Amino acid sequence: MSPNPPNPQDKLTPEPKLTTTSTPSQMIAATNKVPDWNPNSKGNVRGQDKTYSPDKKWIGKNYQTPDLMAKVLGQAKYAEDFRAEGMLFCKLLLSPVPHGRVRGFDLTKALAMPGVKAIITADDVPPIADSLTDNGTVIKASKWGERALTNEPVYHGEPILAVAAVDEWTAAMAIEAITVDIEPLPFVVDPLDSLRPGGPNPRTDGNVWARPETPKAVPGQPPPRPPDPIVTQMKWSDEDFKTFQDGKLPLAKAPETWEYGDLEAGFKKADLILDETFQTADVSHICLEPRTAMAYWQNGKVYVHSGTQSTAQTLPAIGRWLHMDVKDVVFISEYTGGGFGSKITGGVTMIIPALLSKKANAPVMMRLTREEETLVGRARPAIIGRCKIGFTKDGRITAVDYYSLCNGGSYDAQNDGGSSARIISLLYTAPAMRWRGVSAITNTPPRAAMSAPGGLQGIAIFDPFLSKAARKLGLDQVAIRNINAPEGKALIGPAVNGKRPYVTSCFLKDALAKGAEQFQWSKRVSLPKRSATKARGIGVAISTYNAGSVGFDGLIVITPEGKFNIHCGIGNLGTENFSDVNRVVAETLDMDWNDINIIWGNTSKHLPYSCVSGGSQTTNAMTRAALAVAQECKKQLQEVAAKTHGGSPESHKVSRGRVGGMTYAEAAQAAIKLGGKYDGHEVDPGLNRVTKTSAAAVAGTGLVAAAKDNFAHDGAYMSYAAQFAEVEVDLETGKYHVTDFLTYADVGTVMHPRALGGQVLGRTTLGIAHAISQKWVFDPNYGIMVAKRMYQNRPPTILDVPVDMQWSALDTPDPESPIGARGIGEPPVGGGAAAILSALADAVGDDVFQRAPVNSDTILLSLENKKPMQHPLMAHI
Amino acid sequence: MAVIRDVMPNFDLVQPASLADARKLLDSDPDNVWLMAGGLDSFDWLKDRIRKPKTVVDLTGIDEMRGVRAWNDGIEIGPLTTLTDVVNDPMVKAKYSILSQAAELVASPQIRNQGTIGGNVSQDTRCWYYRSGWPCYRAGGNLCYADTPVGRNREHAILDAQRCVAVSPSDSAPALIALDAKFVISTKNGEKTIDAQDYFLGPAIDITHMTILKPGDILTAIRIPGTWANSKFYFEKIRDRNVWDFPLMNIAAAMKMSGNTITDARMAVAGAAARPWRLTDVEAQIKGKTADEATGKAAGELAVKDAVPLQFNAYKIPLMKNLVKRAISGVQEATWEA
Repeated sequence: MSPNPPNPQDKLTPEPKLTTTSTPSQMIAATNKVPDWNPNSKGNVRGQDKTYSPDKKWIGKNYQTPDLMAKVLGQAKYAEDFRAEGMLFCKLLLSPVPHGRVRGFDLTKALAMPGVKAIITADDVPPIADSLTDNGTVIKASKWGERALTNEPVYHGEPILAVAAVDEWTAAMAIEAITVDIEPLPFVVDPLDSLRPGGPNPRTDGNVWARPETPKAVPGQPPPRPPDPIVTQMKWSDEDFKTFQDGKLPLAKAPETWEYGDLEAGFKKADLILDETFQTADVSHICLEPRTAMAYWQNGKVYVHSGTQSTAQTLPAIGRWLHMDVKDVVFISEYTGGGFGSKITGGVTMIIPALLSKKANAPVMMRLTREEETLVGRARPAIIGRCKIGFTKDGRITAVDYYSLCNGGSYDAQNDGGSSARIISLLYTAPAMRWRGVSAITNTPPRAAMSAPGGLQGIAIFDPFLSKAARKLGLDQVAIRNINAPEGKALIGPAVNGKRPYVTSCFLKDALAKGAEQFQWSKRVSLPKRSATKARGIGVAISTYNAGSVGFDGLIVITPEGKFNIHCGIGNLGTENFSDVNRVVAETLDMDWNDINIIWGNTSKHLPYSCVSGGSQTTNAMTRAALAVAQECKKQLQEVAAKTHGGSPESHKVSRGRVGGMTYAEAAQAAIKLGGKYDGHEVDPGLNRVTKTSAAAVAGTGLVAAAKDNFAHDGAYMSYAAQFAEVEVDLETGKYHVTDFLTYADVGTVMHPRALGGQVLGRTTLGIAHAISQKWVFDPNYGIMVAKRMYQNRPPTILDVPVDMQWSALDTPDPESPIGARGIGEPPVGGGAAAILSALADAVGDDVFQRAPVNSDTILLSLENKKPMQHPLMAHI
Repeated sequence: MAVIRDVMPNFDLVQPASLADARKLLDSDPDNVWLMAGGLDSFDWLKDRIRKPKTVVDLTGIDEMRGVRAWNDGIEIGPLTTLTDVVNDPMVKAKYSILSQAAELVASPQIRNQGTIGGNVSQDTRCWYYRSGWPCYRAGGNLCYADTPVGRNREHAILDAQRCVAVSPSDSAPALIALDAKFVISTKNGEKTIDAQDYFLGPAIDITHMTILKPGDILTAIRIPGTWANSKFYFEKIRDRNVWDFPLMNIAAAMKMSGNTITDARMAVAGAAARPWRLTDVEAQIKGKTADEATGKAAGELAVKDAVPLQFNAYKIPLMKNLVKRAISGVQEATWEA
């Protein structure tokens, strides 16, 4: 499957592809016209044209997923599409202030309105509950944690109360009839403002998160869990802030730090030292489906419909938020309109309709509007990063001293700073590195993981500095990445118990070389870059993020009628891996894929414990679990056949829906007669309690196979991408176009090429969004978001990415996983941003922008003044 | 009383089928009526519950106010004509391609299918403070929230700001000014016709209104004379995204040429001031000059001589300078140099 690109070099001509005066129709025509020299446009190098796993029947092949027709025909039911008899609608009263204390309400007028059925406030919401890890450790509830409604709003837009009425119109009028008495408290939206001497605190007890020291290990006992971060007050001095005017992030005290290698020696060895500051933006997830939820109660059980990134793990979250046993919770989520990290286990707001429904004794639907979603939904925290980096004259990094200031929003310590440092340590293989980090609190909406949390920021901040170093050292951009890129079992992060961890595998250099060939990097380097009014630039970035985990379960039931049901707890958020991972079952049992029925999206249908679809772990984790349960199913089928017809289990071949001479229906009937481990009455005690509950519920209904992924592995799963961009900048207006893009991925075994292509290009586009357009804008005087609609947040449109955007994948199996597949959701995000930023700097110079996104205003004004004109440390401009 | 956004309030919806019927409605209760064309601007105001009119008059059923027809030596465009229909109209394309080009750069295809040319010129500003219901000057209050030392004003005005720094977001308005269009308005006292540029108001004249329309007035026709048909046109819009975005700035120019000499010109920009800003000084200066880089540069300097930047919008000064230059001397096509 080695790419075999045509030799187009003799046709390569430097024609501009777009002019700034293009109308939309001209623009589409221009970008649709693939230049005939473009190697991306032909041959078998394109990801979608390659052949994957030629020895396999189902793995690496395109197919129609079981949810597709419903989506195409509009029959797929998202939370908002459900209706129940007597259903009420809910509206929220959102905080008008960025920080305050509710002193009282006047609900009289609202409650007297015809059609208003119930109102709940924070007093109706259960307190935050402790949680339990898989190994039974109790995690104490944080007193700073988020509840569904609050009496001390810590951001403008935080829900204070909820009204249920016969329709939304009535509920909205009821909200307008309510008076809330709020005592305003100090607030701050820019983390640096809170760190100044005498700066305001966003919470009454502080402005940053700090982690208390981990207690010393007791010999013979497992190492103690690091304590959860606590809110504390930290102020820097005027002296610390002296570098602010120069646009350098103050390197003052930081609550978190780690270090490995000899930093001082590293910088001594360096021929070039860069000291750079760069800021990324706060960016909303903008899921097309907002956090809408519907709930009702029946016979003491609560039924909740909402979106999620994990059906199986949202169940215990709802139980914890409502202080209920999971056996009394049913969660329905067959389709989810995007999560990107904002709906890992749904969202705490989904209990609002549940509580209102209990109080009103009727089903309640809570639909969130786009503005509410922007406020109540989640976002990626902005990071200001300052990096001191040492390079030898051949471009090898000798040492990295990285400081991150993360705008963590109003709730929960955000680990994006630490994560960005960990990613930098792996991706550029610095022999010595120090990280110092502040997770600051501000009175802005809550942050959460967003596709490559920390990875996007770390790579967007750091990778373009390699480009700058290459320019200063006269080196090629691909070469400087190749010399620093990881390979094999590369080290990642700081030492744990005296030893630095490592990854399972890394073939990034291979992807970089093949990508450079496909993108025709060396040819493009030689092209002219300037005209009288335009500048062209090319950029390359390397990128990585988490891509797997282990230890989850699978559950298969073969019914006495011969139906083959795979129970699946994976959330269906559009990535298709709830289905893709189960191709492994068909492969292992030599079955026809069309004979497999996947049961997903409803916890009353008895689902096994699955990973959350976050951290790009599903493809890896759940192909492992699928293989484990497929092997268990095969073993049971063979044992049942042996017990029924004699002979050794192995003598009964499992193939095409039969085991030996038995059909699956006959085997299932025999399994029920045999009972015990064959029909689910006895299961592996190592299974998760969620799986055990589900297995117990289906016990006796057929041949029941439940298994946990106990396959060995060595290292942390990460996936990688080499990414290439070309931009064309209009120097008279600052407007630029992304004219070409290629992402070449190292994701292990390719499971489903079409879905993989969608993920690679989609997540690359998410990264591009961070470079070119998307951001929050806040007024710091009032602590209120001013750009809160989608047209103001500016997620990129289809016309902002090249039509001929390309992807490809190595298809080199990960040696530490039996299927060899790794995840891809997050790895291309960081490089999507970084490749554009590097290409822009290539076009307009290094000293034009120090923050992203970069727009025409930044470029035009900086070029005009011959220095960066936007302050890199100011938040939300 | 608490505030809630994004839920449509109740109102009486009236859908007249003729201009005469609409006229009757307006004459009976002009102050409580909200006129709606495509709804792109109106629905935002209504759903945000910032404007709560008693009656909404949906004009889209009035067929006589839709379509493009010949008028004297020019054309007449019904204000309810969708932007898509303006873009595709053969007469517009043949004689006034600058208008077709400007209309095609509005927002997105979906919005152009719904939005009308009358709505595009009559729409309110998109200042995010004002649109969020902040009690600013334009909303009848006594403060501008955008023009403070830390106000977020990247998209705001550099010209003609008087207390309010909001800008006109229209793409079609500068093109209509460049074409010397006339706007026909039905009022309770009869019909009046005004020049396009006089349809728009700056804050010094009326800080709470973007147009001259008074309660009870209806824009009934846009007429474009033959004077500027097929002259040398230039339109350019700079925006952050390639589709679905308001202009950071746009420029429309019509020039009559004799060889390469400009004999007459009309030019306007949006995104620079609260109203589409006609560049009369530039028009006068370039008359009789050669349409070259030097003329363009000098015109650009003149165009921005009164510009005052806010904290985050200083880029609009070089942007406007360069757009004026390009409108005169064209964009130098890329000849890539090593």
